Amino acid sequence: MELLVATAIGILTAAGLYLTMRLRTFPVIIGISLLTYAVNVFLFASGRLAVGAPPILRDGVEVYTDPLPQALVLTAIVISFGMTAVVVMISLGAYLGSNDDHVDDEPAEIDLAEEEAP
Amino acid sequence: MTHWIVAPVILPAMLAPFIVLAARYHIGIQRVFSVAGVLALIAVAAGLAWQASDGTVALYRLGDWAAPFGIVLVADRLSTMMVLLTAVLALFVLLYAIGSGWDDRGRHFHALYQFQLMGIMGAFLTGDLFNLFVFFEVLLIASYGLMIHAGGNVRLRAGVQYVLFNLLGSTLFLFALGAIYAETGTLNMADLAQRVALIGPDATVGIRLASVLLLMVFAIKAALVPLHFWLPSSYAEAPAPVAALFAIMTKVGAYAIIRVYTMIFSPELEATAGLHGAWLLPAALVSLAIGMIGVLGARKLDRLVAFSVIGSMGMVMIAISLFTPDGIAAALYYIVHSTLAAATLFLVADLARAGRANLWLSAQAPVAGAALTAGLFFAGAIAMTGLPPLSGFLGKLMILRASFTSDIAAWVWAVILISSLISVVGFARAGSVVFWKAQSVDRTDHPAERPAPLAYAAIGGLLALLVLHTVFAGPMHRYMIATSAQLFAPEPYISTVVNTPGKLSKPGDGAYDDSKQKEDH
Repeated sequence: MELLVATAIGILTAAGLYLTMRLRTFPVIIGISLLTYAVNVFLFASGRLAVGAPPILRDGVEVYTDPLPQALVLTAIVISFGMTAVVVMISLGAYLGSNDDHVDDEPAEIDLAEEEAP
Repeated sequence: MTHWIVAPVILPAMLAPFIVLAARYHIGIQRVFSVAGVLALIAVAAGLAWQASDGTVALYRLGDWAAPFGIVLVADRLSTMMVLLTAVLALFVLLYAIGSGWDDRGRHFHALYQFQLMGIMGAFLTGDLFNLFVFFEVLLIASYGLMIHAGGNVRLRAGVQYVLFNLLGSTLFLFALGAIYAETGTLNMADLAQRVALIGPDATVGIRLASVLLLMVFAIKAALVPLHFWLPSSYAEAPAPVAALFAIMTKVGAYAIIRVYTMIFSPELEATAGLHGAWLLPAALVSLAIGMIGVLGARKLDRLVAFSVIGSMGMVMIAISLFTPDGIAAALYYIVHSTLAAATLFLVADLARAGRANLWLSAQAPVAGAALTAGLFFAGAIAMTGLPPLSGFLGKLMILRASFTSDIAAWVWAVILISSLISVVGFARAGSVVFWKAQSVDRTDHPAERPAPLAYAAIGGLLALLVLHTVFAGPMHRYMIATSAQLFAPEPYISTVVNTPGKLSKPGDGAYDDSKQKEDH
């Protein structure tokens, strides 16, 4: 199971990074979402993987799973959800304003700015 | 247990929703509450700094749960000093925003400003790494809103880049936290300091990885080359008061490096010895050089100031990466100075915008109120480039003196001195083109409005603080030395955090004993 989880995190991260480097807002946002999924699973696994074990210490229970990473992941999910919403709104504003969804500065635009300079 | 420690976080957190809900359409009421809130923050921060100045480490347990399971806020010399610096800076920047009318050019400026302060204060006070992440996100999400305040296509484009870069940084932060938790089973800083020391020499792979990842995250925040790409365009395109407030945000990264890499991954720690020191200093030297060359090469005034921020962060990081008590003390003195100087310059650049079509470094008709604005720019540039008599000069001397013990002291001296010269030339060129050559251009259109007196007063206040920082350099430097001594002797901090009992725990029964099974992996 460790191999499966590790592979999943790796694939998610690789896909996320690839999409992030596409430098158009939609792929970049999807890429960042994939990255946050990867990191959420990674955080979840940082408490060690245990199947069918209770997350609470009790008498008579030998094997238990760490509850703290679950709380951390919950916080991280909420934060990344909010952040994704914000970045969608801002990039939508930028797209509608300039009719262009490139994340980086266009070379043509820099030339234009140079011409503006007296 | 005193509740005052949490006040710098709670106060803006309560004020911001109040401003949104109750004073939404009344800019006057918003201003009054915002200024009153910042004044109260200064009072609280001054009280906390006074309390911590004798070396006591005050602890606040949220919900009365003891560390390491509960989240704690810790007020020692370093964190209270940074809180006080933030509050004072926030007051003058806020006054400028009100005086120049920036706060009325979009909605919710004051609410976002308070949320931003909440995040910064929390990041300085927290004693828990995951909580540090949460406060980073609070300050970032508020800064996204402030960054695109008043809108505009160029600003939105820069805002998208800023947000995306920081989202990647946050993801990296989470990876680092996950790795640290997997290795040690805790994220409380004091508890971590104890446990990292217990890791055997044969099992250091994970913790070395985590420590470098964490350093990269903080280096992004501190805009250290080669992770500085987000800074020039976002700071230059942000509204001037916001950019001035952002001057403290790079220092949050520097603060986190100082805190984590003196207490947890301290220079003496075998597991990570020679790991960050080896390339933090070269990166800092390159930052300083790139920043100051950027000052010389910039073609717009606001970009020039943004590059000078990168340069001054390089200077701070040089002093930090020595990891000696003298080096940290010099870094702290320089942090206070460079925050105030960078904020001053961002605000002056905005004053220069009044009456000019743009901030290109070219001869255009004189700006409104040119004499006074030029004088303020002159003073700010002297401070930023580190010429006598202002505090930049003293800070640079302290850093040069502290670097004597370094192996590559010759490089440090050479880079600092040459880049200072470059920045002097860069600022002199910009100032003479914008303010002097302007006199040769005839005013064609109607004269622009003079900036409001309150705007000048705010900048004057920041400059007055710089002068005070210079005049009282002796006491300030002694205080910084005491602060850095406290950082290099973290035992009182650790024992205060770990041994103070909370709800459902008795003193000394060591919540940290029965969770040791994490180390047997």
